[in-house]
Amino acid sequence: MSENTASHAGSATAATSRHIACDVAIVGSGPAGLSAAIRLREHGVGRVVVVERESEAGGIPRHCAHPPYGVREYHRLMTGPTYARHNVKLALAAGVEILTRHTVVALDAGARLKLTTPDGLATLTARRVLLAVGARETPRSARRISGDRPLGVVNTGTLQASLFLEHRKPFEQPLIVGTELVSLSAIASCRKAGIEPVAMIEPRGRPTARWPLNLYPRLNGIPLYVNTRLVSIEGSDRVEAAWVQSGRSGPRRIDCDGVLLTGEFTPESALVRQSALMLDPRSQGPSVDPYGRCSDPSYFAAGNLLRPIETAGWSWREGRRVADNLATDLADGLAQEECVTINLRDPIKYCVPQRVPVSNTDRDGRLQLRVTQPVKGSLRLWVGERVVWQSTGHFLPERRILIPSHTLPTHLDGPVKVDLI
Amino acid sequence: MAVIGGGVVGCATARRFALEGARVLLLEKGADILSGASKANSAILHTGFDAPSGSQELACMQRGYAEYREIAQRLNLPLLETGAMVVAWNDADEAKLDAILAQAHANGVEDVVRISRDAVRQREPALSSQARGAVWVPGEHVIDPWSAPLAYLQQAMANGAHVWRGATVEGGAFDGKTWTLLTTLGEVRSTEVINCAGLFGDHLERALLGEASFTIHPRKGQFVVFDKAAAAMLSSIILPVPNERTKGVVLTRTIYGNLLVGPTAEEQEDRDHASLDEAILDSLVADAITKVPALEGMPITATYAGLRPATEQKAYRLKDRPEANWITLGGVRSTGLTAALGLAEHAFACYRQRRATTPIGSPVWPAVPNLAEHLPRDWQQPGYEEIVCHCELVTRREIEAALESPLPPGNIGGLKRRTRACMGRCQGFYCGARVAELTGNCLTPPISTGIWHE
Repeated sequence: MSENTASHAGSATAATSRHIACDVAIVGSGPAGLSAAIRLREHGVGRVVVVERESEAGGIPRHCAHPPYGVREYHRLMTGPTYARHNVKLALAAGVEILTRHTVVALDAGARLKLTTPDGLATLTARRVLLAVGARETPRSARRISGDRPLGVVNTGTLQASLFLEHRKPFEQPLIVGTELVSLSAIASCRKAGIEPVAMIEPRGRPTARWPLNLYPRLNGIPLYVNTRLVSIEGSDRVEAAWVQSGRSGPRRIDCDGVLLTGEFTPESALVRQSALMLDPRSQGPSVDPYGRCSDPSYFAAGNLLRPIETAGWSWREGRRVADNLATDLADGLAQEECVTINLRDPIKYCVPQRVPVSNTDRDGRLQLRVTQPVKGSLRLWVGERVVWQSTGHFLPERRILIPSHTLPTHLDGPVKVDLI
Repeated sequence: MAVIGGGVVGCATARRFALEGARVLLLEKGADILSGASKANSAILHTGFDAPSGSQELACMQRGYAEYREIAQRLNLPLLETGAMVVAWNDADEAKLDAILAQAHANGVEDVVRISRDAVRQREPALSSQARGAVWVPGEHVIDPWSAPLAYLQQAMANGAHVWRGATVEGGAFDGKTWTLLTTLGEVRSTEVINCAGLFGDHLERALLGEASFTIHPRKGQFVVFDKAAAAMLSSIILPVPNERTKGVVLTRTIYGNLLVGPTAEEQEDRDHASLDEAILDSLVADAITKVPALEGMPITATYAGLRPATEQKAYRLKDRPEANWITLGGVRSTGLTAALGLAEHAFACYRQRRATTPIGSPVWPAVPNLAEHLPRDWQQPGYEEIVCHCELVTRREIEAALESPLPPGNIGGLKRRTRACMGRCQGFYCGARVAELTGNCLTPPISTGIWHE
C-alpha cells in the first residue's frame, strides 16, 4: 500500500488528507468481505485492502455468540466470534491489509472512495472495489410502529452487541417480535444472559424459521403466538407494555420492559443510494450482473448487501465466487456484455442477479429469489413466450429459492421474466 | 428571577435576562431541557409572512428572526438557506394565493412573490406536476431546532444563570415582593416569575395565581423523516396553503441532511404522551409521495410525534401581571422556535417597566458543536478516536464532549439531540450498544437495565 500525505489546499485548519492506493479495496470485513479478500490473494492479486469502520474486524458474527458457524467453510463447529476471528487470522496470513476505524463516506465513479479515519480524511483509489457491507434489521421507525417511543425497543443486533461486546442488558423481560432464524438466535442470547422473554409473536400463520428450529421458543418455555401482530408500544421512560392483536380479537396488553424487533433485514445500502450506482428497489441492494458487478463496472458487490438475507456461510462462499470473477476481470477483463433485465411479477420479492447477459455463458451460477408471502403454486422462468424452467411447490417467505443459470438458453432472444401462479 | 420551563421559550428568556444582568434560575421538570413541546417541530426559521397582521406573534417572530440571524454565527448555530414555497395543489388553493401574497406584504415581508407553475417546476423539478403555482418566500430557512435552545441556555449559564433539571414547581406564594416557589428539588425565592411552562402553562397559573387566563388543548403532530438520499430531491421548504387551524403538513429538508414530512394536527387531552399511529404515519408517507413521486420506496429514518400547546385561541397568550411580578409566555405553538428570542425580548420589556437592570459588560458567547450536514462536522477533523454512530457519523469525541459539557444530556433524548447518536437510519442497530457503554450511568434512566458478564 502506498500512502502519500497532502494538505487540503485552501483550508485554514489544514486537515491532512491521506491517500491510499491498492488493487482491490473491499468495504466491510464480514464473512463475504474477508473470504473475497483471501481468495483474491490466492489468485495473486497484489494489494488487497479491507476497509472496516468498526474498531474490530469480523462483522456481525463477532457478536453472535453461538454456533453453528464455519461448518462448510472450515469443517468445524464454531461460535460467531471464533469464526470472525478465524476469518481475520486467515486474511492477515494471506497478506490482506485490514484497516479498522476507516469509514467510507462516499463511493465515487471509477473505484474511488472518500474516507474518514481518526487520523483525518483520506481518499482511496483502487482498480476495483468490492462492496460487502452487509445488512441490518429494520428498526422501529421504518416499521412505522404505533405508540410511545420509550427506551428498550431494539433490534437483535443491538441486543447481541450489548451483551457480547459491552456486557450490558437492554431489558430484562422483552416481547420478541418475529420468528426468523435470527429471532431464535435472540432467544439463545437472552437465555445466556438471564433475560426472560415474556412471549414471541409472529404476524403470519406459522413461524418463518424452518422445522425443527421453530420448536425452539416452546422448548425454552416462551409462549409463541402466531397470527399475532404488535399494535403499539406503551411506556414513558422505558417500555412498560406492548399491545398485541391476534386474528380478529381485540388488542391485549402484555407487560414487558422491552420490545425486541427481530429480522426484517434490509441491505445497508446507504452508500449505494447516495452514489451513482444503480439500486434495485426490490432487493434494496445494488443491481448486479451474474459476476457480482454493479452498474459501474469498477464496483462489485457480495454478501448480504445484495439481498436480505443469507447465512454467514452463504455470504462467505459468495465472497469467494465474486472474488474469482473479480480476479478474472483484473487479469483478462470481463466482457462488457449486453444484458437483459429479469422482470419479476408479485409475489416474487426479488431476484439476484438482476440482469443476465444476452449471450448467457454462465453455466454454474444461480438466480436467487424470494417471495413476499407464502404461496402454493408454480414458479416459472420465461424467455420471450417460452417457459424454460418451472417448479411447483409451497414457497415461503425468507426461504431461499434457486434457479440454475444453465436453465436459460445460451442466447436470450426475448425478455426474461419470473412469475408464480 | 425564576424562569419556569426549559423549552425553547424558557431557554431564550433565561438568556435574555442573564444578558440584561438579572440573576436567573431556570426550572425544568424534565430530566433534560426540551422535554415537552420543543422536542418536536419542523425546524423552520419563519419570516412571519403568514402570521396574523399586527399580532404579537408576528412581532415576536420578526424580532426573533432578526436576532437569530444576528447571533447565530457567534453561537455557532447553523442556517440552511432554502426559501419556501406555498404550493397550490388545486383550484381552492390557487384561489387563496393572492391573499397569502397580500398578507405577506402587509406583514412587511416584501420579497414574497407569486410564481407560476413553470417557475415551481424549475425550482423544484422533483415536485409533482400537479403543483399549480406557488407563493415564493425567499426568507424562510431551516435551522437546528435543538442546538438553538441549547445555545441560548448555555450562553445564559456562561453569563451567570443557573439551571435546575428534574425540578417540578408544585406550589408557591407571592408576598407582594417576593415569590417563594416550592419545587421537588427545594424552595426557591425570586422576585419575578416567567411562565414558560408550555403544555403546562395554564396549570402553573392555576397553581400559583389561583386561576388560569387560558386553557391548553394539546395538539399532536406526527412526523416522518426520510433517509438522507431524499434530501437532494428538494431545495426549498414546501408549505401547503394553510387552513384556519393549522399551517398544515410541510415537506422540508432538515439541517441534518434528511427530508421531513409533517406535522399532523390532532387534538388530544393527554399532555405527556405523544404517541405514534401507524395509519397516520402511512398517510404522511403517502402525502409526501404524492407531492414528490420520487420518494416512492425511499427508506424511513425516523418517526416522531410532539405536542404543541394550543389554546382556545390562535393567538399567543402573553400576560403581564405587574401586581404579581408575573409574566406568562403561553400558547406558543409551532412558530415558537422562531419567536422565542422575540418572546424573550417581550418579557424583558415588561420586566423593565418595574425594575432596572444593568446589562453585563462583555457577555461570553459559548459556541455549540455543529450538527448541520452542510457545515464542517467533527468527523472531518482528525483526532476523534472512533466513529460511534455510523449513520450520522457521530464521533466518540463529540459524545464525550456532550457528557462533559456545562449542561450535559439528562436522558437519552438529550444525548440524541446534542450529538445525533442513534438518530440515523439504523436507529441504534450498530451503535446502540456502544452508546450504552459510553454513557454508562450518566443518563436517567440509563440505557441498560444491568451489567452482565459471561
